[in-house]
Amino acid sequence: MSLGWQLYVFIIVLGTFIANFLLLRWSSKFRTDEKLGEGNTTGHRWDGDLEEYNNPLPRWWLNLFQLTVIFSIGYLVLYPGSGIYEGTLDWSQAQQYEQQVAEEEARYAAVFAGYTEQDFDQLQQDPDAMTAGLNLFGNHCAQCHGSDARGAIGFPNLTDQDWQWGGDVAQITATISNGRNGVMPGWGAALGGEQGVTAMAHYVRSLGGLEHDADLATAGQAQYGLFCIACHGPDGSGNVILGAPNLTDDIWLYGNSMDSLKLTIDQGRNNSMPAFSGTLSEDKIKVLTAYVKQLSADQQ
Amino acid sequence: MSQSASYHDKVVRQFTVMTMVWGIVGMLVGVVLAAQLAFPALNFDIPWLTYSRLRPLHTSAVIFAFGGCGLFATSYYVVQRTCHVPLFMPKLAAFTFWGWQLVVVAVAITYPLGITQAKEYAEPEWPIDILITLVWVAYAVVFFGTIMQRRVKHIYVANWFFGAFILTVAVLHIVNNLAIPVSLWKSYPIYSGSVDAMVQWWYGHNAVGFFLTAGFLGMMYYFVPKQAQRPIYSYRLSVVHFWSLIAIYMWAGPHHLHYQAIPDWVQSLGMVFSLILLAPSWGGMINGIMTLSGAWEKLRTDPVIRFMIVSLSFYGMSTFEGPMMSIKTVNSLSHFTDWTIGHVHSGALGWVALITMACVYHLYPRLLGLKDMASNRLIEWHFWISTIGIVLYIAAMWIAGVTQGLMWRAVNDDGTLTYTFIESLKVTYPFYYVRLLGGLLFLVGTLLMAWNMYLTWRQSQGPATTPVLEPQSA
Repeated sequence: MSLGWQLYVFIIVLGTFIANFLLLRWSSKFRTDEKLGEGNTTGHRWDGDLEEYNNPLPRWWLNLFQLTVIFSIGYLVLYPGSGIYEGTLDWSQAQQYEQQVAEEEARYAAVFAGYTEQDFDQLQQDPDAMTAGLNLFGNHCAQCHGSDARGAIGFPNLTDQDWQWGGDVAQITATISNGRNGVMPGWGAALGGEQGVTAMAHYVRSLGGLEHDADLATAGQAQYGLFCIACHGPDGSGNVILGAPNLTDDIWLYGNSMDSLKLTIDQGRNNSMPAFSGTLSEDKIKVLTAYVKQLSADQQ
Repeated sequence: MSQSASYHDKVVRQFTVMTMVWGIVGMLVGVVLAAQLAFPALNFDIPWLTYSRLRPLHTSAVIFAFGGCGLFATSYYVVQRTCHVPLFMPKLAAFTFWGWQLVVVAVAITYPLGITQAKEYAEPEWPIDILITLVWVAYAVVFFGTIMQRRVKHIYVANWFFGAFILTVAVLHIVNNLAIPVSLWKSYPIYSGSVDAMVQWWYGHNAVGFFLTAGFLGMMYYFVPKQAQRPIYSYRLSVVHFWSLIAIYMWAGPHHLHYQAIPDWVQSLGMVFSLILLAPSWGGMINGIMTLSGAWEKLRTDPVIRFMIVSLSFYGMSTFEGPMMSIKTVNSLSHFTDWTIGHVHSGALGWVALITMACVYHLYPRLLGLKDMASNRLIEWHFWISTIGIVLYIAAMWIAGVTQGLMWRAVNDDGTLTYTFIESLKVTYPFYYVRLLGGLLFLVGTLLMAWNMYLTWRQSQGPATTPVLEPQSA
């Protein structure tokens, strides 16, 4: 903030306080004004019978007014308020945030530090660790994957045996730490529009063992070899390195209706899981990994 | 001026009727929204009925359509009678009526279609904003023109408040809505990021301060002494609280942005001036209640006085609550919770709506050449039903809000949050049912009032003409 703006802010703040002070002084001067005391009106009259008394300001009200002004002046001395002036406490909200985060980190680091020594099997047997995992999941994951971790359209179910990006602990840790970006390109133009897209959708349904038109599926199969095979593989079983879903199981991230499949093939899909390495410590990610891993173990 | 001149009350009558029409529409949408929060399936998966599109429709309908028509009606009624002249440029006044109705209809069509600037309480897109500006300038010409032609030296206090409201809302509306249009129904604000947020809440809070407070204090200053047949308690109190109120309200906006990405010093100023605002706000309440205080016996017989005293009490309560909520430590608990919704409605239902209704009960029969409304009993029922409705509404939101705030900050032994967001939503449901009931009661009260107005109209000989009263003294 330049000096000019600094002065601008300061003068307006000060001016408002001074104007209020003068207003209060002016109004309390009337206290001894006998001629306009209780029962006498100001002499003005509107609309037949509208008149005004001129009773003195209630003392408690004036005191309340002055009290809030005095409090405010004190506050503006202690805290930043008048432009660039920092306040004698040298307080800022960024500093307050950092300090609180540091305090909390220090307080709770010990809780999670105990888990670094344990391996994933031990963590899964440790009820305290699993409770912490449940809490972390509720705080950071449930918004998308659901409180029961069963996901929703576009958000993977974590309780089944299907892992788009791999289900061993190293892969889950990488997913949570670094996030994932799932990108399926749109193939509408490459497939020659509506007809090609429909044929491909029928072929994809045939891979999944769903009801389909055999002729259209055959037409789609030829195109599959050209465009889809690179990520989803010759047999449609997908590729965890690319996050390309397995098309032969009965798990469909965006549903398996004809409309949804056609939309996916025609326009592609973009999906992302955010990275948590900046939000959660390594210890916490480890506990969370163990928790997420055992979600599907329960289902076996 | 000829002896036969009379007040231009046609525009007052039109605005009064539309106050009730838009009141019912706006409150009905509010009840639908309350029902949707309690039973989410009630949007029926129809885009036009989703919460996100109906919510701005509700706020705009009750603030600008119901409150706005009420302010137009009462200010036109009051300014003529306290200046002892008919309205300046009555044709322009008629334009403000039809223009304002067009604004409201345009808003009611565009919001459900998803056409919005996405600025709270300033959602209309730029063509509607321009129409609002035109209507508002016309309003200012009519109002201040009437004041300039007045036949009494002193300007009555109600007109100070109406004048401040008209002037400030013009400035707020124009500055906040500066935008670059890219098509007929899409524009981008000239501000970005934090500046946009600060301008928006400078506007947003002053919409509360000047539209919903100063304007309605103008109503209070005329209709309370009229109904109680008592002089205003203190002239000098009105001077002090008028000037301090309009000077300090301007600063309060940043308390909507505590602990967010705006400079620390802006937040501090927003907080301290919100605190200082307590006394100036209460000045109006004291002047109103003390004016009524010589007429306590009328509380038993006159339900309109009861509306007034309860609305002033709610005004005092919410203007105490507001400064408290602007304190950073309190705000860190209350922000984003339903407490804010409760606070707004104690002001909106308790103060704004009740004082408007009291004023309409006073002026409506007079516009028809009658002394009183058709049924005092219906007013009594209206009073009790809506008061109970308000209390249910705000108590439910207080409990829900504080519960949410406490649940969101509860921490486990391992440093994780105790509750997921969905858990805090689950405990809120019972309070959403209570809120729905409260809102429904308030709507029922409003319908009783509309019925009473219809009965009054049937009793009357149609619109009455009131001759301009000669000023009596200096």
